[in-house]
Amino acid sequence: MEYIIEMLGITKTFPGIIANDDITLQLRKGEIHALLGENGAGKSTLMSVLFGLYHPDKGTIRMNGQEVHIKDPNDANKLGIGMVHQHFKLVHNFTVIENIVLGVESTRHGFLSMENAKKKVMELSDRYNLKVDPDALISDITVGMQQRVEILKMLYRDNEVLIFDEPTAVLTPQEIEDLMQIMRGLTEEGKSILFITHKLKEIMAAADRCTVLRKGKYIGTVEVDAVTMEELSEMMVGRKVSFAVEKKALQPGQDIFEIRNLIVKSRHSQKNAVQNISFKLRRNEILCIAGIDGNGQSELVYALTGLQPVVSGQLILGGQDITHASIRQRNAGGIGHIPEDRHKHGLVLDFNLAENLVLKNYYLEDYQHQGFIKFDAVYQYADQLIQQFDIRSGQGAFTPARSMSGGNQQKAILAREIDGNPDVLIAVQPTRGLDVGAVEYIHGQLVDQRDAGKAVLLVSLELEEVMNLSDRILVIFEGELVAELDPKETTIQELGLYMAGSKRGKVQ
Amino acid sequence: MMPKWIGKSNLLSEKNIVSLTSSISAILVGLLFGLVILLISNPSQAFAGFKTILFGGFTGGFKGVGQVLYFATPIIMTGLSVGFAFKTGLFNIGASGQFIVGAYAAVLVGVRLTSLPPSIHWIVALLAAAAAGGLWALLPGILKAYANVNEVIATIMMNYIGMYSVNYLVTRTVYDQLRNQSISTVAVLPKWGLTTLFPRSSVNGGFFIAVFMVIVVHILINKTTFGYELKACGFNREASRYAGINAKRNIVLSMVIAGALAGIGAGLLFLAGSGKHIEVVDILAVEGFNGIPVALLGMSSPIGILFAGLFIAYVTQGGFYLQLSNFVPEVIDIIIAAIIYFSAFALIFKNIMSKLIKGRKEQKQ
Ligand SMILES: Nc1ncnc2c1ncn2[C@@H]1O[C@H](COP(=O)(O)OP(=O)(O)OP(=O)(O)O)[C@@H](O)[C@H]1O
Ligand SMILES: [Mg+2]
Repeated sequence: MEYIIEMLGITKTFPGIIANDDITLQLRKGEIHALLGENGAGKSTLMSVLFGLYHPDKGTIRMNGQEVHIKDPNDANKLGIGMVHQHFKLVHNFTVIENIVLGVESTRHGFLSMENAKKKVMELSDRYNLKVDPDALISDITVGMQQRVEILKMLYRDNEVLIFDEPTAVLTPQEIEDLMQIMRGLTEEGKSILFITHKLKEIMAAADRCTVLRKGKYIGTVEVDAVTMEELSEMMVGRKVSFAVEKKALQPGQDIFEIRNLIVKSRHSQKNAVQNISFKLRRNEILCIAGIDGNGQSELVYALTGLQPVVSGQLILGGQDITHASIRQRNAGGIGHIPEDRHKHGLVLDFNLAENLVLKNYYLEDYQHQGFIKFDAVYQYADQLIQQFDIRSGQGAFTPARSMSGGNQQKAILAREIDGNPDVLIAVQPTRGLDVGAVEYIHGQLVDQRDAGKAVLLVSLELEEVMNLSDRILVIFEGELVAELDPKETTIQELGLYMAGSKRGKVQ
Repeated sequence: MMPKWIGKSNLLSEKNIVSLTSSISAILVGLLFGLVILLISNPSQAFAGFKTILFGGFTGGFKGVGQVLYFATPIIMTGLSVGFAFKTGLFNIGASGQFIVGAYAAVLVGVRLTSLPPSIHWIVALLAAAAAGGLWALLPGILKAYANVNEVIATIMMNYIGMYSVNYLVTRTVYDQLRNQSISTVAVLPKWGLTTLFPRSSVNGGFFIAVFMVIVVHILINKTTFGYELKACGFNREASRYAGINAKRNIVLSMVIAGALAGIGAGLLFLAGSGKHIEVVDILAVEGFNGIPVALLGMSSPIGILFAGLFIAYVTQGGFYLQLSNFVPEVIDIIIAAIIYFSAFALIFKNIMSKLIKGRKEQKQ
């Protein structure tokens, strides 16, 4: 079998850490090759080396048997290597088509000529069933479509080797299904795909082979048909991982957070995204808001946490009306928030890890005295959280948040919000981008919060997480609650029907 | 045991070394550029002229050094003004306007409130300058925070409004008709021994006050919760909102403090007792604009700004002496400005430097 890409003995160090330690990866022509490993194992780094963003300290890269030197992404492009990054790199106030041709614009008499570009884009879009609107602004389209734009960008440049860094973390189940189809279509055309994901199911469903990394080291490459999910996860974490959530039966306690007739404006249009929603959140319960992305979940959470004002309605937290309270008042009053967008809201990327871990309590007596920050206390606290939540990075508390791996950034947010011990924890996609071991730990932590008498409001697109974790499910569709379900008495299929709006139930 | 975080703010940390080397290489390129202009405009005198720029600051020995400190004082303050706002993610292009209204306030108090004892007269005048500068930045701050009006545009407008208002007010209240400028202030900054150290120069206690403000701003930015909040807003406004930080209030405060710093700079200049007066001319205060290259060259860090201010004052001082070697005053201005602004591209050099260092490291391994 011939290899289109061979990465041999790749080593790459960052301050304080060996991100890649003598790693070998061989990609066959026409295959989907999965890359699996814990958060911080070095997957994104390895792919960035292939894409020319980082230079390896040691090791060689071969393409079709010939050694190649990839100094920057332009070189990668010339060799036909394209990459969709973990965090997309699109220009938000440009249109889809402008983003696609960016950098390889064709000009006629010195003027930008878009017609040919558009024709080619539409052809590609049709051929691979990518369904994009070429004239829409990036800021107006869903994450799923943004991703398809990234894919088109690669295809437009006639890339033969396609790298996908955690493409499914931000997608809805339906979009994931579509993406798998697209990927299969691409390999049938002879393209080769490198695919990073933490979801073992996707590997089982789509990949031909899988290379496993652990803490920067190469563990092995397996034929996917020959292994089980359990074996894969053991290879990656070094121990057995339980996929089921251990949860004891518990009577829900008293009401802690009441939402009455809430109406919230849409962020994109003049319409109301949340239309007259009422529900009660109780102690000792994990309540899940399930729905297809874009049905008002984001606006609902923004209104509860104070990031967006309400049009009308009331929010009662522990007997207090907080409808118009400031964000600080809500935080102090017992609301924790794991945000949907970790780079926009969750982290100050230019702060270091410790500074991010105290983002919500730097002003408390524990961490400041008469306006002066107690750095000793801050770094001690940070070290404790790093230990407890196993946040891995090169320079511990001093690591710039920007340089941390995606999953570890997420863990930092989770550590801060869970350790804040809020009465109400609003968790949006809490395990997005986490490896299976970390998912297990975080699920355990959320259940512990519930057992300790707190309330958890979970917003998740992942139906399995919804079914496993929650005590009660509210289905949201077009800004309204359309069903209240008991996860023990319903199935994923049924839940799907409610979410799609083809079935309606009763909500108390 | 030393607390761990001290190790990180170590002056010799890799980050600081990169900043320093890049600032220095920027300066070198700036000087080289200056030399090229000298060569073009007057080849025979070029090298002598270049020497004058390089060492002119020391003309007259201690007197020269004293003059450098004197000229550095106001631009250190306006540099602080620009750099401080920048930490909060704001471009304060309005230091000029804040400077001139600060100057007017200082002069007004210095001329009119003669009933105050001399020992506190200058303090009141200086506080008036700070207040006026702060007030002048308040409006752009409010516009930015509550109406999202771009602060660059707002502060530029305020520069012109400030200049014309002050011209008008000077002629109405503290006017010396003969010289078309403000009359001399009675309040004067104390010397604090500096005139003995640097005889016959204009330096005075104002320099110490500027250094003191550098330290205050350094502590404010790096050690306090307020500084933490300001930086959080500057780096990521959405995330700081999420954390419950009042971003709007911080933007307004940051602008006001920046304005006050520029105002103090004006106070320190016009209360120096060196014969400096507010001239009634339609020219924006150059000290305000020089705050921008000072802040850039100092990488917006207070300590860096202190040294950048000293450097730019030193070069400017050297430029004065260029007139001795047959250079037209306009050309001198061009040369000095070229050096200053070229140096201010330090930020770009910083990136190149860190890439070079990284590249070298990668080669070594
Ligand atoms: N630019 C950088 N500077 C410093 N350290 C870095 C940088 N990029 C990555 N690292 C470090 O290298 C290690 C590997 O990071 P990488 O992003 O490759 O992990 P990953 O396997 O993609 O993890 P995840 O699943 O969380 O995305 C991490 O410990 C990270 O902190
Ligand atoms: Mg990654």
